[in-house]
Amino acid sequence: MEAFAGLFQQLDGTASTSAKLAALEHYFRSAPPGDAAWALALLLGRRRKRLISGRRLREICLAATDLPEWLFEACHSQVGDSAETVSLLWGQHPASTIDGTALSTWMEERLPKLAALQGEEQATAIVECWASIPEPHLLLLNKLLSGGFRVGVSTGLVTRALANSAELDESLLAHRLMGGFTPSSESFAALLAPAEQGEDHAARPYPFFLASPMERGQLLDSQPGNWLLEWKWDGIRGQLIHRSGGCSLWSRGEELINDAFPELISLAEALPQGTVLDGEVIVWPADAPHPEPFASLQRRLGRKAPSRALQRDCPAAFVAYDLLEHAGSDLRQHPLHERRRLLEALHQGLQGTQPVLRLSSTQALRRWDELDELRDQARLHRAEGLMLKGIDSPYLVGRKRGHWWKHKLEPLRLDVVLLYAQAGSGKRANLYTDYSFGLWNDDGALVTFAKAYSGLDNSEIKELDRWIRAHTTERFGPVRAVEPLQVFELAFEGIQHSKRHKCGLAVRFPRISRWRTDKPACEADSLASARALLEQLP
Amino acid sequence: MPLAPGGLLQLSPEGLYCPAAKAWIDPWRPVPRALITHAHADHARPGCGEYWAVGSSEGILRERLGAEINLLPVDYGQLHRIGEARVSFHSAGHVLGSAQIRLEAGGESWLVSGDYKRCADPSCAPFEPVQADVLISEATFGLPIYRWQSGADVAAEILAWWRSAPDRPSVLFCYAFGKAQRVLAELHRLGVSEEVLLHGAVERLMGPYREAGVAMPPTLPLAQLERGSDLAGRLLIAPPAAHRSRGLGRFAKAQNGFVSGWMAVRGARRRRGYGRGFVMSDHADWAGLLQSIRGSKAQQVYVTHGQSNVLARYLREVEGISAEPLEGRFEAERFDEEEPS
Ligand SMILES: [Zn+2]
Ligand SMILES: [Zn+2]
Repeated sequence: MEAFAGLFQQLDGTASTSAKLAALEHYFRSAPPGDAAWALALLLGRRRKRLISGRRLREICLAATDLPEWLFEACHSQVGDSAETVSLLWGQHPASTIDGTALSTWMEERLPKLAALQGEEQATAIVECWASIPEPHLLLLNKLLSGGFRVGVSTGLVTRALANSAELDESLLAHRLMGGFTPSSESFAALLAPAEQGEDHAARPYPFFLASPMERGQLLDSQPGNWLLEWKWDGIRGQLIHRSGGCSLWSRGEELINDAFPELISLAEALPQGTVLDGEVIVWPADAPHPEPFASLQRRLGRKAPSRALQRDCPAAFVAYDLLEHAGSDLRQHPLHERRRLLEALHQGLQGTQPVLRLSSTQALRRWDELDELRDQARLHRAEGLMLKGIDSPYLVGRKRGHWWKHKLEPLRLDVVLLYAQAGSGKRANLYTDYSFGLWNDDGALVTFAKAYSGLDNSEIKELDRWIRAHTTERFGPVRAVEPLQVFELAFEGIQHSKRHKCGLAVRFPRISRWRTDKPACEADSLASARALLEQLP
Repeated sequence: MPLAPGGLLQLSPEGLYCPAAKAWIDPWRPVPRALITHAHADHARPGCGEYWAVGSSEGILRERLGAEINLLPVDYGQLHRIGEARVSFHSAGHVLGSAQIRLEAGGESWLVSGDYKRCADPSCAPFEPVQADVLISEATFGLPIYRWQSGADVAAEILAWWRSAPDRPSVLFCYAFGKAQRVLAELHRLGVSEEVLLHGAVERLMGPYREAGVAMPPTLPLAQLERGSDLAGRLLIAPPAAHRSRGLGRFAKAQNGFVSGWMAVRGARRRRGYGRGFVMSDHADWAGLLQSIRGSKAQQVYVTHGQSNVLARYLREVEGISAEPLEGRFEAERFDEEEPS
């Protein structure tokens, strides 16, 4: 595993994309196919199977190191990850210096064997394993065991590195990788085989083309008429396929979700053979003007064979954005306006027999300065924002800037002052993580406005915790009042009048978006500015 | 928990106070007489009437608090009579001129550790074990996940990292006072003799180290670097506050790394966007804290900075030493900044 551990360290130890690409290419060129196959699956995040829970690793580590449990908890709250905490604590012990076992042997034999053991036998085997590998590998091994292996490389970068190392076309490789890859030397060889004429991808979806956050400067030079605007729905992206091989529905996470949405599979069957639609899976009752919130869709997701009652309560629809394959031919290089015309014709051809198929409605924009106004209407339509797609754009692979932009609704924001803090629960029990914030009233006093629990990262939480302990002015049971000095930017989704709150206002989904260390408390916002926000809302 | 009234040391709004010596140790506000453990900003603050500190920290104290301060330089181990108390300064191994301060009066002795470490450091005197009845110890890295390798080993990693990028510059972020000079001194020991570039904040503190005879490679202030000179393969040392600041625009293509004990935790580095983390601290690690506390033979221990609750509980429950966290404006070294201010 030396080579893969080295790759992991290299990827983890640099922020440079070109350095990551070089490290990946080097690995793929030199690793034996069996190992390279596993590395690929791991880097693509497709092998995050949990063999042993973090809790169990912790148990074994505690027993073997004799540390009190509360001390482990204190370490864990600093580190934020069980596998890493275990690795750091175990690292105190002398370890071996070389690990000659191949990655594929670890993945196919040694780790599953450890997982299959139980009780004392398992604990002993894991402790032996920890003692037998070099210290820098501990984290990697524990991450693989607990299914938490992650490293900062995108699917696109891994695909490009592999394509470069095998001298294959990147998009061909991306397509071959769609819909699953089972690591083995054979599957790896097949993946890297030379391109063939009319390669048959059977039930495979196309790699999804993704939009980037809008960069206004990139738009202003172009005509609004060159863009197709549509609502950005809050469902899940999917591809609905009807080919000779059958019908399928794929999520953006490249999961086959046929079983969860039988009504969409019936829709696919009604489509002509050789059709692939790109769109949004969403809960949307037939005669309703708006879709249901994401929570309704969540009830359907992951539910194999949904009951008739659930299908009636949360009826799924497919909002079609794009036509990727028509009469068996790949349209992705055709301009969007052409694909859209064919999509509309296809929709019309169904003559309303398939109400679960909805055509994404397009919005018209005359001038760029009306863009935000249009975007803000998304709230009324229960959409997340607006999509802007170049009418001549091809359908590319992954996130490529320039052709498709997403323009999301902005959360509302106010700068607030920290007034009270309370210790959290669970793994944050020894840290002050629940905060109450205030705004200035007209008399120049701070009035409690909102509470928030999340939004800071672990190191900021630690830092604020220390600050709170050093600047407590009063204690009320578990609550500490602090000197009103720290300012935070609070983001929230809505604001309304409330009789239950002292300040007369209540907010939805408040969270900290930023610690304004640059702002003194006197420059925080006032209740008057909060009321002004309320007036601006539709 | 507050200190019991009537003890040799008390907690006043200005900080730790010794009535017998009429002196405060590392006070938070201006006082007539301050005993200073070391020149970091969270320990040495401006505006006091007189400062007692180890002679080798004089240059840095004057650089930071003003050339005109009234400073009484002392030697390590020397015994002083201040008021009714006998006071001595003992090396803490933290940075140049850092001390633990021992006070004794009325048959009672206290030791204020200040910041300290146990690893070897070629840029300052080594830690001296000292005994006292009561110990006030820091606990910045008071968790068993923190365990340091030797500075020489980490410097070898830094050197290999620097050498691995001959085609572009390398920027190493570390605290300007203490860590930067320790890294330079370790690099010198590894045979580095080429010129290293220094950010202004680091450059300002080099004089006292050179005067103290700490051997380091030659250095050049960034401001004196000729425009348009080739930066490939050069090493720049800068304080963390300069990370992502506009001042380092010429180093946009550089590889960067951060040298700090906090780098032991993977997420801590990733969240701050440093490329590479080097785990090296001027504070004691878990084992170093326990070793020093046991070695002090103190019957009562108070813990400040960072993990004070955790370390105090461990001392009580596992080591059987009477220990409590001491609350007050003791701030732990902040991760992303030059120093606490
Ligand atoms: Zn210090
Ligand atoms: Zn300190």
